[in-house]
Amino acid sequence: RRNRFGCYQKSKRMFILVLGLLVGSLMPLGGASGSPGSGTGQDECKKNNGDEKNGNKTTKKSFPVLSLNYENVRLPFEISLWVLLASLMKLGFHLMPRLSSIVPESCLLIVVGLLVGGLIKLVGKAPPVLESNIFFFYLLPPIILDAGYFLPIRQFTENLGTILMFAVVGTLWNAFFVGGLLYGVCQLEGTNLAGVNLLSCLLFGSVISAVDPVAVLAVFEEIHINELLHILVFGESLLNDAVTVVLYHLFEEFTNAGTITVTDGFLGIVCFLVVSLGGIVVGAIYGILAAFTSRFTSHTRVIEPLFIFVYSYMAYLSAEVFHLSGIMALIACGAVMRPYVEANISHKSHTTIKYFLKMWSSVSDTLIFIFLGVSTVAGPHEWNWIFVVATLVFCLVARVLGVIGLTFVINKFRIVKLTSKDQFIIAYGGLRGAIAFSLVYLLNPKHFPMRNMFLTAIITVIFFTVFVQGMTIRPLVDLLAVKKKQETKRSINEEIHTQFLDHLLTGIEDICGHYGHHHWKDKLNRFNKKYVKKCLIAGERSKEPQLIAFYHKMEMKQAIELVESGGGSKLPSAMPSTVSMQNIQPKKPPQDRALPQLSKAREEEIRKILRTNLQRTRQRLRSYNRHTLIADPFEDGLDEILIKRKKMKELEKKISQMNNYLTVPAPPADSPSVARARLASVPDRFPPTDPQAWGLKSVTEIPTIKVELVSPQNPESVKVVDEFSKKGSQPKGSEEEGGLTMRVPSSEKQRKDKTPDEEPQPRFMRCLSDPGPAAEDEDEDEPFLP
Amino acid sequence: MGASQSGRVHMFQDLADKTGFSIEQINNLRNRFMYLTQDEDTLRREHLENISNLALNPIRRQIIEAFFDKRNLGEKEKGCLQEIGFEEFVMVLSFFRPPKPRTSDEEMKNIKKEKLRFLFNMHDTDNDGVITLDEYRRVVEELLSSYETIGAETAKAISDAAMLEVASVTVGQMGPDEFYEGITFEQFMQILKNVEIETKMNIHFWNLDKRTMQCGK
Repeated sequence: RRNRFGCYQKSKRMFILVLGLLVGSLMPLGGASGSPGSGTGQDECKKNNGDEKNGNKTTKKSFPVLSLNYENVRLPFEISLWVLLASLMKLGFHLMPRLSSIVPESCLLIVVGLLVGGLIKLVGKAPPVLESNIFFFYLLPPIILDAGYFLPIRQFTENLGTILMFAVVGTLWNAFFVGGLLYGVCQLEGTNLAGVNLLSCLLFGSVISAVDPVAVLAVFEEIHINELLHILVFGESLLNDAVTVVLYHLFEEFTNAGTITVTDGFLGIVCFLVVSLGGIVVGAIYGILAAFTSRFTSHTRVIEPLFIFVYSYMAYLSAEVFHLSGIMALIACGAVMRPYVEANISHKSHTTIKYFLKMWSSVSDTLIFIFLGVSTVAGPHEWNWIFVVATLVFCLVARVLGVIGLTFVINKFRIVKLTSKDQFIIAYGGLRGAIAFSLVYLLNPKHFPMRNMFLTAIITVIFFTVFVQGMTIRPLVDLLAVKKKQETKRSINEEIHTQFLDHLLTGIEDICGHYGHHHWKDKLNRFNKKYVKKCLIAGERSKEPQLIAFYHKMEMKQAIELVESGGGSKLPSAMPSTVSMQNIQPKKPPQDRALPQLSKAREEEIRKILRTNLQRTRQRLRSYNRHTLIADPFEDGLDEILIKRKKMKELEKKISQMNNYLTVPAPPADSPSVARARLASVPDRFPPTDPQAWGLKSVTEIPTIKVELVSPQNPESVKVVDEFSKKGSQPKGSEEEGGLTMRVPSSEKQRKDKTPDEEPQPRFMRCLSDPGPAAEDEDEDEPFLP
Repeated sequence: MGASQSGRVHMFQDLADKTGFSIEQINNLRNRFMYLTQDEDTLRREHLENISNLALNPIRRQIIEAFFDKRNLGEKEKGCLQEIGFEEFVMVLSFFRPPKPRTSDEEMKNIKKEKLRFLFNMHDTDNDGVITLDEYRRVVEELLSSYETIGAETAKAISDAAMLEVASVTVGQMGPDEFYEGITFEQFMQILKNVEIETKMNIHFWNLDKRTMQCGK
């Protein structure tokens, strides 16, 4: 009865609230409708008022129960409508798997944009054009930040020389080749293009020669080629922004100035260095600031992602203030701050950042392509067959020649040479996109009378590259049998050997007296370890070697997985294996075992107790508010909680220290029910033994991973540390033979096969749909709910 | 003088054919060898230990040992030498030579196998053909040795986990009483097949005689 009365009260209160809101919202609308000149949608109300005023001045005007006021919400409404349209389109494409496997998403989106633009034009209104401001300040940064934050640093630095060559020299070659030849074409008789001077052509060439990161990402992510090619083309598309920016401003200035001197050319080179290095420096500064800030956020976990986003955006904007390369600033910021931020922030924040970035970049990407379609319909266009066709042909030819020539030079310096298949893919992957369009759109028609023609030509090239090249690259990749990306799960062995190789190669380089790639990487690592990590990473993790961090992460992830899969009830197994620790350990004489033999009945009893605890806790975890993110303990069993609270405090501290390992979420003020649930769930993985048993062993015998974190504890918290850290290295004699936990050893091994590939190679597809919680272990908001 | 010159060139040609280096690379290596040994004929462990950069390397012990390991020098017998000549020096370094661009897949597989064999020999210090748990543990300990704060238990935990993984992947089913001896070479190849050794385990040997003389000790 108590419940029902409470429900009744609640519903009554809600009704009053809703009514109040309704009235409250209508009042200002009504008031607004009375004011003169407030928009087109209020004709009826106005007429009403007007009639009343004209007819009878003394009568009160009727209360407008429902009125229309569109102008107030026009801007946010339209933006939301566009975003909604974009997202619905994305949804639609993935519901038609056959279509999306043939046609890349970007093509479909452009087509949708064309349709929408056509519709708007039919209606008679002017379709919106992709404003350059909106594009550069709102649509582009999320995509670039997403790319920069998740940039695979190892591959990037290993191929940096190649990437720079393609980005700088390749883009310069493209720009001058296309610009020069176009000028030559314009000078020909009968094309009536004589009005185009050399500088305009060069400017046009520089804009159109840049490979576009948005388009490359959109297409390459769907074809899963191997990492080397991906990073080469993608890295080139990112780094050529500096070249494009410099050339663009250079030629723009020269067009205004009228004459060029050698000094100007020299200044151009200096400008290039300033733009690129300056952008990187600005980005790095903001990155370090973000990393430093994240060191102190342990008490305000909720706003951690905000810092990341805001610092990065400020880096971009600050670079744009000085006409430096905003894209390079953003990449530098993301890449610099990532290792330190990830060591500092909580798992939930990490997930938030990842998903927000993917979401924003996905929406941005969709909107960009749709707007490209719409802008095509909007015009203004000036079609000149010769110019457009010449542009297209020269772009393709320049790209091919550039790649071949550069690869010839680069292969002299590379250890792993680029084959002709690789070259073909690199050349074919040089897609143009919205950045070129926006840059041309920014041109001042007074200085550039042929702007409309440029726009048309650029749109044609973009359409060609996205449609033709984008659609055919996938069958071509299959046809040429280009190596695809390997979905590797990073195992502990591979990690050990990768590190071992690093040191080995550094050592061999030292013996040969050769200051190569490994030598400098080693030096940088040492500098990083000695000075930088201490400043930027909070607490104990600053001293942690990478191998240990990796091991922890892997361990914890497997623990979460096991818990989520219901404690072993359903095991998505890849390779059942019955090898357990005792197979590995050298045979010990029996008297070393200090664990007493447990009777089966006792074990079953203990398991039942722990399992019921887990069930109760699952029911208890209901809500959290955004300030504290703790489970609400005031459901039932409050007094139980109070009793256990003291014991759980040490537990929480231990768990919060493990918090950073992308693991079991543990905000410092963790409720005991949550903590207990964790404690209760873990024994499903490790066979429960008599709690007394652990008391028999001293702390030193129990292998703990972080020796420095173990503080003098009561046996219970030691027990928890055991469960988290011991890998079953205790001989599990009685439990195995007992047959109660036969699943558990096998599940341990299957864990490793299920480990999703997380940190080392986060390859989350923006364009493809999120496979959902089953494939990823990120839903730790509800790890204990069924 | 002329005779020894031509004799040296002849030896270099032999070496070049055997190891795949070019004559210029072997010349550079010869200069480096002379620099390291201070113009003696044979290289000893102390010479390598004198390289100051190497002192900061956590696995320098094993790297230095690898140069004196008979298994790496193509000999069937096991054990290690006390000093090696230039020829052995170049032979060990040839394991790090990048494969030539036009190697067939068959040759690539062989190269990969050789490189993995080199790594295996580095881990298998007692020459019994199997990497036991202890040896692997020592590998992990060495890797972590540059971090003073890490205790032995950590290394043990990691190496245990790694061995477990190897056993699970390669052997699969094992009864509770069986004992897993250690990692054999085939198993080693299997677990590292995803790490592209043939492209990663290389360093650049310069053709031009640019740097070999003035680099660090």
